[in-house]
Amino acid sequence: MVGELNDRYLFEIQDFSIFYGNFMAVKNVNLNIEMNKITAIIGPSGCGKSTLLRSLNRMNDLIVTSRVEGKALFRGVDIYEKVTDVIELRRRVGMVFQKPNPFPSSVYENVAYGPKIRGIKQKSRLDEIVEHSLVRADLWKEVKDKLNDSGLSLSGGQMQRLCIARSLAQEPEVMLFDEPTSALDPISTAHIENLLQELRKTITIVIVTHNMQQAARISDYTAFMYLGELIEFGETDTLFVNPQNKLTEEYITGRFG
Amino acid sequence: MPIFDNELDMLKERVLTLGSMVETAIRDSVRSLVERDSELARNVIKRDHLVNALEVKIDEECVRLIALRQPMAGDLRFITTTMKITTDLERMGDLAVNIAERALELNEEPQLKSFKNIPKMAEITEEMVRDTLDAFVKGCSKLPYEVINRDDEVDDLTVTNFNELLELMLKDPKIIPLAIKRTYVAKYLERIADHATNIAEMIIYMCKGKMIRHTTADE
Repeated sequence: MVGELNDRYLFEIQDFSIFYGNFMAVKNVNLNIEMNKITAIIGPSGCGKSTLLRSLNRMNDLIVTSRVEGKALFRGVDIYEKVTDVIELRRRVGMVFQKPNPFPSSVYENVAYGPKIRGIKQKSRLDEIVEHSLVRADLWKEVKDKLNDSGLSLSGGQMQRLCIARSLAQEPEVMLFDEPTSALDPISTAHIENLLQELRKTITIVIVTHNMQQAARISDYTAFMYLGELIEFGETDTLFVNPQNKLTEEYITGRFG
Repeated sequence: MPIFDNELDMLKERVLTLGSMVETAIRDSVRSLVERDSELARNVIKRDHLVNALEVKIDEECVRLIALRQPMAGDLRFITTTMKITTDLERMGDLAVNIAERALELNEEPQLKSFKNIPKMAEITEEMVRDTLDAFVKGCSKLPYEVINRDDEVDDLTVTNFNELLELMLKDPKIIPLAIKRTYVAKYLERIADHATNIAEMIIYMCKGKMIRHTTADE
Protein backbone atom coordinates (compact mmCIF):
# COMPACT_ATOMS: atom_id res chain seq x y z
CA MET A 1 0.00 0.00 0.00
CA VAL A 2 1.41 3.37 -0.96
CA GLY A 3 0.32 6.15 1.34
CA GLU A 4 0.82 9.83 0.94
CA LEU A 5 4.51 10.58 0.86
CA ASN A 6 5.65 12.79 3.63
CA ASP A 7 8.79 14.84 3.12
CA ARG A 8 9.32 15.42 6.78
CA TYR A 9 8.73 12.08 8.41
CA LEU A 10 10.52 8.94 7.42
CA PHE A 11 8.49 6.78 9.77
CA GLU A 12 4.89 7.41 10.74
CA ILE A 13 3.81 5.08 13.49
CA GLN A 14 0.06 5.04 13.98
CA ASP A 15 -1.93 3.32 16.76
CA PHE A 16 0.83 0.77 16.74
CA SER A 17 0.85 -2.14 19.19
CA ILE A 18 3.20 -5.09 19.47
CA PHE A 19 2.29 -8.37 21.17
CA TYR A 20 4.38 -11.29 22.33
CA GLY A 21 1.70 -13.96 22.56
CA ASN A 22 -0.93 -12.39 24.81
CA PHE A 23 1.47 -9.88 26.28
CA MET A 24 1.11 -6.38 24.88
CA ALA A 25 4.67 -5.01 24.88
CA VAL A 26 3.94 -1.79 22.98
CA LYS A 27 0.56 -0.12 23.37
CA ASN A 28 -1.07 2.12 20.77
CA VAL A 29 1.96 4.20 20.02
CA ASN A 30 1.70 7.21 17.73
CA LEU A 31 5.06 8.62 16.76
CA ASN A 32 6.66 10.30 13.78
CA ILE A 33 10.37 9.97 13.08
CA GLU A 34 11.75 13.01 11.35
CA MET A 35 14.21 12.73 8.52
CA ASN A 36 17.89 13.49 9.16
CA LYS A 37 17.31 13.86 12.87
CA ILE A 38 18.32 11.76 15.83
CA THR A 39 15.37 10.44 17.78
CA ALA A 40 16.15 8.85 21.14
CA ILE A 41 13.84 6.43 22.92
CA ILE A 42 14.29 6.29 26.68
CA GLY A 43 12.49 4.50 29.48
CA PRO A 44 13.03 1.91 32.20
CA SER A 45 13.86 -1.71 31.37
CA GLY A 46 10.91 -3.57 29.95
CA CYS A 47 9.09 -0.43 28.78
CA GLY A 48 9.00 -1.65 25.19
CA LYS A 49 11.58 0.73 23.74
CA SER A 50 13.77 -1.96 22.14
CA THR A 51 10.69 -3.81 20.91
CA LEU A 52 9.47 -0.64 19.23
CA LEU A 53 12.91 0.01 17.73
CA ARG A 54 13.21 -3.53 16.42
CA SER A 55 9.79 -3.32 14.84
CA LEU A 56 11.05 -0.60 12.50
CA ASN A 57 13.00 -3.11 10.41
CA ARG A 58 10.89 -6.09 11.42
CA MET A 59 13.54 -7.72 13.58
CA ASN A 60 10.70 -8.86 15.84
CA ASP A 61 9.59 -11.20 13.06
CA LEU A 62 12.31 -13.51 14.34
CA ILE A 63 10.22 -14.06 17.47
CA VAL A 64 7.47 -16.44 16.41
CA THR A 65 4.89 -15.34 18.95
CA SER A 66 5.14 -11.67 18.03
CA ARG A 67 2.48 -9.81 16.08
CA VAL A 68 1.54 -6.20 15.50
CA GLU A 69 -1.58 -4.06 15.25
CA GLY A 70 -1.83 -0.62 13.74
CA LYS A 71 0.49 0.87 11.19
CA ALA A 72 4.17 1.58 10.85
CA LEU A 73 4.73 3.53 7.66
CA PHE A 74 8.19 3.85 6.17
CA ARG A 75 8.21 6.54 3.49
CA GLY A 76 4.46 6.22 3.35
CA VAL A 77 4.41 2.44 2.95
CA ASP A 78 3.26 0.10 5.70
CA ILE A 79 6.24 -2.12 6.47
CA TYR A 80 3.94 -4.85 7.82
CA GLU A 81 2.17 -5.32 4.48
CA LYS A 82 2.48 -8.88 3.22
CA VAL A 83 4.28 -7.73 0.07
CA THR A 84 7.09 -6.02 1.97
CA ASP A 85 10.53 -7.29 1.00
CA VAL A 86 11.97 -7.70 4.48
CA ILE A 87 15.53 -8.17 3.25
CA GLU A 88 15.33 -4.93 1.31
CA LEU A 89 13.70 -3.22 4.29
CA ARG A 90 16.59 -4.26 6.53
CA ARG A 91 19.06 -2.95 3.98
CA ARG A 92 17.36 0.43 3.99
CA VAL A 93 16.87 0.40 7.75
CA GLY A 94 20.17 -0.74 9.26
CA MET A 95 20.76 -1.76 12.81
CA VAL A 96 23.58 -1.68 15.35
CA PHE A 97 23.31 -3.53 18.64
CA GLN A 98 24.48 -3.14 22.20
CA LYS A 99 27.36 -5.58 21.93
CA PRO A 100 29.66 -5.15 18.94
CA ASN A 101 29.10 -8.25 16.80
CA PRO A 102 31.52 -8.29 13.88
CA PHE A 103 31.59 -11.42 11.74
CA PRO A 104 34.54 -13.71 12.49
CA SER A 105 36.29 -12.58 9.34
CA SER A 106 38.59 -9.79 8.21
CA VAL A 107 37.81 -6.10 8.62
CA TYR A 108 37.46 -5.91 4.84
CA GLU A 109 35.12 -8.87 4.60
CA ASN A 110 32.92 -7.55 7.38
CA VAL A 111 32.21 -4.42 5.36
CA ALA A 112 32.17 -6.04 1.93
CA TYR A 113 29.78 -8.82 2.99
CA GLY A 114 26.54 -6.89 2.42
CA PRO A 115 27.47 -5.43 -0.98
CA LYS A 116 28.66 -8.90 -2.10
CA ILE A 117 25.33 -10.44 -1.11
CA ARG A 118 23.70 -7.61 -3.02
CA GLY A 119 25.54 -8.81 -6.11
CA ILE A 120 28.46 -6.44 -6.34
CA LYS A 121 31.42 -8.53 -7.50
CA GLN A 122 33.84 -6.05 -9.03
CA LYS A 123 36.89 -5.82 -6.73
CA SER A 124 37.54 -2.13 -7.37
CA ARG A 125 33.89 -1.30 -6.62
CA LEU A 126 34.02 -3.32 -3.40
CA ASP A 127 37.28 -1.62 -2.38
CA GLU A 128 35.62 1.70 -2.94
CA ILE A 129 32.58 0.79 -0.83
CA VAL A 130 34.75 -0.61 1.98
CA GLU A 131 36.92 2.50 2.13
CA HIS A 132 33.98 4.88 1.86
CA SER A 133 32.04 3.03 4.59
CA LEU A 134 35.03 2.90 6.92
CA VAL A 135 35.68 6.60 6.36
CA ARG A 136 32.05 7.39 7.15
CA ALA A 137 32.29 5.28 10.31
CA ASP A 138 35.45 7.21 11.23
CA LEU A 139 37.46 3.99 11.34
CA TRP A 140 39.43 4.12 8.11
CA LYS A 141 42.54 5.81 9.52
CA GLU A 142 42.82 3.21 12.25
CA VAL A 143 42.35 0.09 10.12
CA LYS A 144 43.51 1.00 6.61
CA ASP A 145 46.75 -0.93 7.14
CA LYS A 146 45.08 -3.95 8.67
CA LEU A 147 42.10 -4.61 6.48
CA ASN A 148 42.95 -8.30 6.44
CA ASP A 149 43.14 -8.59 10.22
CA SER A 150 40.23 -10.21 11.95
CA GLY A 151 37.41 -7.84 12.85
CA LEU A 152 37.44 -9.47 16.26
CA SER A 153 41.00 -8.25 16.91
CA LEU A 154 39.87 -4.64 17.16
CA SER A 155 39.08 -2.80 20.41
CA GLY A 156 35.47 -2.65 21.61
CA GLY A 157 34.94 0.88 20.28
CA GLN A 158 36.56 0.00 16.95
CA MET A 159 34.45 -3.15 16.64
CA GLN A 160 31.30 -1.09 17.17
CA ARG A 161 32.41 1.36 14.47
CA LEU A 162 33.16 -1.62 12.22
CA CYS A 163 29.56 -2.74 12.73
CA ILE A 164 28.43 0.76 11.82
CA ALA A 165 30.62 0.65 8.69
CA ARG A 166 29.16 -2.77 7.82
CA SER A 167 25.71 -1.30 8.04
CA LEU A 168 26.67 1.85 6.10
CA ALA A 169 28.02 -0.30 3.26
CA GLN A 170 24.38 -1.18 2.58
CA GLU A 171 23.62 2.50 2.06
CA PRO A 172 20.77 2.61 4.53
CA GLU A 173 18.39 5.55 4.85
CA VAL A 174 17.87 4.94 8.55
CA MET A 175 20.01 3.40 11.23
CA LEU A 176 18.60 1.93 14.40
CA PHE A 177 20.90 1.83 17.39
CA ASP A 178 20.03 -0.35 20.36
CA GLU A 179 22.18 0.94 23.23
CA PRO A 180 25.24 1.16 21.00
CA THR A 181 27.63 2.46 23.66
CA SER A 182 26.55 0.70 26.83
CA ALA A 183 29.48 -1.73 26.53
CA LEU A 184 32.02 0.98 25.72
CA ASP A 185 34.30 3.24 27.77
CA PRO A 186 33.64 7.02 27.85
CA ILE A 187 36.20 7.82 25.13
CA SER A 188 34.83 5.24 22.70
CA THR A 189 31.34 6.45 23.63
CA ALA A 190 32.22 10.05 22.79
CA HIS A 191 33.70 8.84 19.52
CA ILE A 192 30.46 7.06 18.56
CA GLU A 193 28.37 10.02 19.67
CA ASN A 194 30.37 12.39 17.46
CA LEU A 195 30.01 9.91 14.65
CA LEU A 196 26.22 9.86 15.05
CA GLN A 197 26.15 13.66 14.77
CA GLU A 198 28.11 13.37 11.54
CA LEU A 199 25.93 10.54 10.13
CA ARG A 200 22.76 12.46 10.88
CA LYS A 201 23.59 14.79 8.00
CA THR A 202 22.94 11.99 5.53
CA ILE A 203 20.79 9.43 7.34
CA THR A 204 18.06 9.31 9.94
CA ILE A 205 18.91 7.84 13.32
CA VAL A 206 16.77 6.22 15.98
CA ILE A 207 18.57 5.26 19.17
CA VAL A 208 17.47 3.40 22.26
CA THR A 209 19.55 4.34 25.27
CA HIS A 210 19.52 3.80 29.00
CA ASN A 211 21.86 6.72 29.36
CA MET A 212 19.68 9.78 29.69
CA GLN A 213 22.63 12.14 29.45
CA GLN A 214 23.45 10.51 26.15
CA ALA A 215 19.93 11.07 24.87
CA ALA A 216 20.17 14.68 26.06
CA ARG A 217 23.58 15.17 24.44
CA ILE A 218 22.97 13.77 21.00
CA SER A 219 19.30 13.61 20.11
CA ASP A 220 17.00 16.14 18.49
CA TYR A 221 13.86 14.43 19.70
CA THR A 222 13.25 12.21 22.68
CA ALA A 223 10.46 9.71 23.30
CA PHE A 224 9.83 8.50 26.83
CA MET A 225 8.13 5.13 27.16
CA TYR A 226 6.74 3.42 30.21
CA LEU A 227 4.96 0.05 30.44
CA GLY A 228 4.60 -0.12 26.68
CA GLU A 229 3.09 3.33 26.33
CA LEU A 230 4.60 6.39 24.76
CA ILE A 231 4.28 8.83 27.64
CA GLU A 232 5.88 11.89 26.14
CA PHE A 233 7.52 12.82 22.90
CA GLY A 234 9.09 16.13 22.06
CA GLU A 235 12.16 18.15 21.28
CA THR A 236 15.01 16.98 23.47
CA ASP A 237 15.73 20.52 24.69
CA THR A 238 12.20 20.84 26.00
CA LEU A 239 11.79 17.33 27.33
CA PHE A 240 14.83 17.48 29.57
CA VAL A 241 14.32 21.03 30.80
CA ASN A 242 10.58 21.26 31.03
CA PRO A 243 8.80 17.92 30.60
CA GLN A 244 5.04 18.16 30.46
CA ASN A 245 4.22 14.79 31.98
CA LYS A 246 4.74 14.00 35.65
CA LEU A 247 6.01 10.48 34.86
CA THR A 248 8.65 11.88 32.51
CA GLU A 249 9.74 14.35 35.18
CA GLU A 250 10.00 11.58 37.76
CA TYR A 251 11.94 9.33 35.44
CA ILE A 252 14.48 11.84 34.19
CA THR A 253 15.07 13.29 37.66
CA GLY A 254 15.63 9.80 39.05
CA ARG A 255 12.58 9.78 41.34
CA PHE A 256 10.81 6.92 39.65
CA GLY A 257 8.56 4.53 41.52
CA MET B 1 17.25 9.48 45.02
CA PRO B 2 16.95 10.61 48.63
CA ILE B 3 20.54 11.90 48.94
CA PHE B 4 19.98 14.32 46.11
CA ASP B 5 16.64 15.36 47.61
CA ASN B 6 18.40 16.18 50.87
CA GLU B 7 21.00 18.19 49.01
CA LEU B 8 18.31 20.15 47.22
CA ASP B 9 16.50 20.79 50.51
CA MET B 10 19.72 22.04 52.06
CA LEU B 11 20.32 24.31 49.10
CA LYS B 12 16.83 25.74 49.47
CA GLU B 13 17.41 26.34 53.16
CA ARG B 14 20.63 28.19 52.42
CA VAL B 15 18.87 30.43 49.93
CA LEU B 16 16.24 31.20 52.56
CA THR B 17 18.95 32.02 55.10
CA LEU B 18 20.58 34.34 52.59
CA GLY B 19 17.18 35.88 51.87
CA SER B 20 16.42 36.53 55.52
CA MET B 21 19.89 38.08 56.02
CA VAL B 22 19.22 40.43 53.12
CA GLU B 23 15.72 41.23 54.39
CA THR B 24 17.18 42.19 57.76
CA ALA B 25 19.87 44.30 56.09
CA ILE B 26 17.28 46.23 54.09
CA ARG B 27 15.01 46.76 57.10
CA ASP B 28 17.86 47.85 59.35
CA SER B 29 19.39 50.16 56.78
CA VAL B 30 16.11 52.02 56.32
CA ARG B 31 15.55 52.14 60.08
CA SER B 32 19.05 53.48 60.63
CA LEU B 33 18.16 56.35 58.32
CA VAL B 34 14.63 57.10 59.48
CA GLU B 35 15.49 56.73 63.19
CA ARG B 36 18.95 58.33 62.73
CA ASP B 37 20.59 55.28 64.32
CA SER B 38 24.19 55.29 63.06
CA GLU B 39 25.15 52.31 65.18
CA LEU B 40 22.56 50.23 63.34
CA ALA B 41 23.89 51.53 59.99
CA ARG B 42 27.42 50.43 60.91
CA ASN B 43 26.05 47.00 61.83
CA VAL B 44 24.48 46.60 58.40
CA ILE B 45 27.80 47.45 56.74
CA LYS B 46 29.71 45.13 59.06
CA ARG B 47 27.41 42.17 58.36
CA ASP B 48 27.58 42.39 54.56
CA HIS B 49 30.56 40.03 54.24
CA LEU B 50 28.35 37.24 55.65
CA VAL B 51 25.92 37.75 52.77
CA ASN B 52 28.80 37.66 50.27
CA ALA B 53 30.25 34.51 51.79
CA LEU B 54 26.92 32.70 51.72
CA GLU B 55 26.33 33.73 48.10
CA VAL B 56 29.66 32.16 47.12
CA LYS B 57 28.88 29.02 49.12
CA ILE B 58 25.50 28.60 47.41
CA ASP B 59 27.03 29.12 43.98
CA GLU B 60 29.69 26.52 44.67
CA GLU B 61 27.05 24.09 45.87
CA CYS B 62 25.02 24.63 42.68
CA VAL B 63 28.06 23.96 40.50
CA ARG B 64 28.82 20.85 42.53
CA LEU B 65 25.28 19.52 42.12
CA ILE B 66 25.29 20.21 38.38
CA ALA B 67 28.60 18.37 38.01
CA LEU B 68 27.86 15.41 40.24
CA ARG B 69 24.10 14.91 39.95
CA GLN B 70 23.49 16.09 36.39
CA PRO B 71 20.08 17.49 37.29
CA MET B 72 17.23 17.38 34.81
CA ALA B 73 13.84 19.01 34.41
CA GLY B 74 12.48 20.56 37.64
CA ASP B 75 15.74 19.95 39.52
CA LEU B 76 17.71 21.67 36.79
CA ARG B 77 15.37 24.65 36.78
CA PHE B 78 15.55 24.84 40.58
CA ILE B 79 19.36 24.89 40.59
CA THR B 80 19.75 27.39 37.74
CA THR B 81 17.12 29.61 39.35
CA THR B 82 19.00 29.41 42.64
CA MET B 83 22.23 30.51 40.95
CA LYS B 84 20.55 33.49 39.40
CA ILE B 85 18.56 34.64 42.39
CA THR B 86 21.50 34.51 44.79
CA THR B 87 23.20 37.09 42.57
CA ASP B 88 20.12 39.30 42.91
CA LEU B 89 19.99 38.74 46.67
CA GLU B 90 23.66 39.62 47.07
CA ARG B 91 23.14 42.82 45.05
CA MET B 92 20.20 43.70 47.30
CA GLY B 93 22.54 43.28 50.27
CA ASP B 94 25.02 45.69 48.64
CA LEU B 95 22.23 48.22 48.10
CA ALA B 96 21.25 47.93 51.77
CA VAL B 97 24.89 48.74 52.56
CA ASN B 98 24.64 51.79 50.27
CA ILE B 99 21.55 52.94 52.16
CA ALA B 100 23.39 52.47 55.46
CA GLU B 101 26.35 54.51 54.11
CA ARG B 102 24.04 57.36 53.10
CA ALA B 103 22.36 57.06 56.52
CA LEU B 104 25.73 57.54 58.24
CA GLU B 105 26.32 60.70 56.19
CA LEU B 106 22.80 62.07 56.55
CA ASN B 107 22.67 61.33 60.26
CA GLU B 108 25.58 63.78 60.74
CA GLU B 109 23.54 66.57 59.20
CA PRO B 110 20.36 68.29 60.40
CA GLN B 111 17.16 66.52 59.40
CA LEU B 112 16.07 67.84 56.01
CA LYS B 113 12.38 67.18 56.39
CA SER B 114 10.49 64.25 57.79
CA PHE B 115 10.63 61.10 55.70
CA LYS B 116 7.43 60.11 53.99
CA ASN B 117 8.14 58.52 50.65
CA ILE B 118 11.16 56.51 51.68
CA PRO B 119 9.47 54.55 54.52
CA LYS B 120 6.57 53.87 52.18
CA MET B 121 8.94 52.65 49.46
CA ALA B 122 10.83 50.58 51.99
CA GLU B 123 7.60 48.99 53.19
CA ILE B 124 6.57 47.92 49.70
CA THR B 125 10.08 46.80 48.80
CA GLU B 126 10.49 44.72 51.95
CA GLU B 127 7.12 43.14 51.29
CA MET B 128 8.21 42.29 47.73
CA VAL B 129 11.40 40.68 49.02
CA ARG B 130 9.47 38.69 51.63
CA ASP B 131 6.93 37.54 49.05
CA THR B 132 9.61 36.43 46.58
CA LEU B 133 11.18 34.29 49.27
CA ASP B 134 7.76 32.84 50.17
CA ALA B 135 7.17 32.18 46.49
CA PHE B 136 10.52 30.40 46.26
CA VAL B 137 9.44 28.06 49.07
CA LYS B 138 5.89 27.54 47.84
CA GLY B 139 6.85 27.07 44.21
CA CYS B 140 3.93 27.68 41.91
CA SER B 141 1.54 30.35 43.19
CA LYS B 142 0.24 33.78 42.30
CA LEU B 143 2.79 35.46 44.55
CA PRO B 144 5.54 36.10 41.99
CA TYR B 145 3.03 37.77 39.66
CA GLU B 146 1.89 40.03 42.50
CA VAL B 147 5.49 40.99 43.22
CA ILE B 148 6.08 41.92 39.60
CA ASN B 149 2.95 44.06 39.51
CA ARG B 150 3.94 45.93 42.67
CA ASP B 151 7.21 47.10 41.15
CA ASP B 152 5.38 49.98 39.43
CA GLU B 153 4.31 51.43 42.79
CA VAL B 154 7.94 51.66 43.84
CA ASP B 155 8.90 53.23 40.53
CA ASP B 156 6.14 55.83 40.94
CA LEU B 157 7.24 56.65 44.48
CA THR B 158 10.82 57.14 43.26
CA VAL B 159 9.60 59.81 40.86
CA THR B 160 7.33 61.45 43.49
CA ASN B 161 10.22 61.53 45.94
CA PHE B 162 12.52 63.09 43.37
CA ASN B 163 10.02 65.76 42.39
CA GLU B 164 9.39 66.75 45.99
CA LEU B 165 13.09 67.02 46.70
CA LEU B 166 13.66 68.93 43.48
CA GLU B 167 11.15 71.51 44.60
CA LEU B 168 12.99 71.92 47.91
CA MET B 169 16.33 72.20 46.12
CA LEU B 170 15.01 74.91 43.84
CA LYS B 171 13.78 76.86 46.84
CA ASP B 172 16.98 76.44 48.82
CA PRO B 173 20.10 75.35 46.88
CA LYS B 174 22.04 74.92 50.14
CA ILE B 175 20.23 71.66 50.78
CA ILE B 176 21.24 70.16 47.43
CA PRO B 177 23.97 67.84 48.87
CA LEU B 178 21.56 66.40 51.41
CA ALA B 179 18.65 66.16 49.03
CA ILE B 180 20.76 64.34 46.46
CA LYS B 181 21.70 61.75 49.07
CA ARG B 182 18.04 61.23 49.79
CA THR B 183 17.29 60.72 46.11
CA TYR B 184 20.08 58.16 46.11
CA VAL B 185 18.37 56.25 48.91
CA ALA B 186 15.13 56.19 46.94
CA LYS B 187 17.05 54.97 43.90
CA TYR B 188 18.64 52.18 45.96
CA LEU B 189 15.22 51.04 47.14
CA GLU B 190 13.94 51.18 43.61
CA ARG B 191 16.84 48.97 42.52
CA ILE B 192 16.11 46.52 45.34
CA ALA B 193 12.53 46.25 44.09
CA ASP B 194 13.89 45.60 40.58
CA HIS B 195 16.00 42.75 41.93
CA ALA B 196 12.93 41.35 43.73
CA THR B 197 11.13 41.50 40.39
CA ASN B 198 13.99 39.60 38.72
CA ILE B 199 13.71 36.91 41.37
CA ALA B 200 9.94 36.69 40.92
CA GLU B 201 10.45 36.23 37.18
CA MET B 202 12.96 33.45 37.78
CA ILE B 203 10.55 31.73 40.17
CA ILE B 204 7.92 31.72 37.44
CA TYR B 205 10.54 30.11 35.19
CA MET B 206 11.32 27.57 37.91
CA CYS B 207 7.62 26.60 38.14
CA LYS B 208 6.54 26.75 34.56
CA GLY B 209 9.72 26.43 32.54
CA LYS B 210 8.73 29.63 30.80
CA MET B 211 11.00 32.68 30.63
CA ILE B 212 8.92 35.80 31.11
CA ARG B 213 11.84 38.18 31.54
CA HIS B 214 11.70 41.18 29.23
CA THR B 215 8.09 40.42 28.42
CA THR B 216 4.94 41.35 30.34
CA ALA B 217 3.68 38.96 33.01
CA ASP B 218 0.18 38.04 31.95
CA GLU B 219 -1.26 36.50 35.09
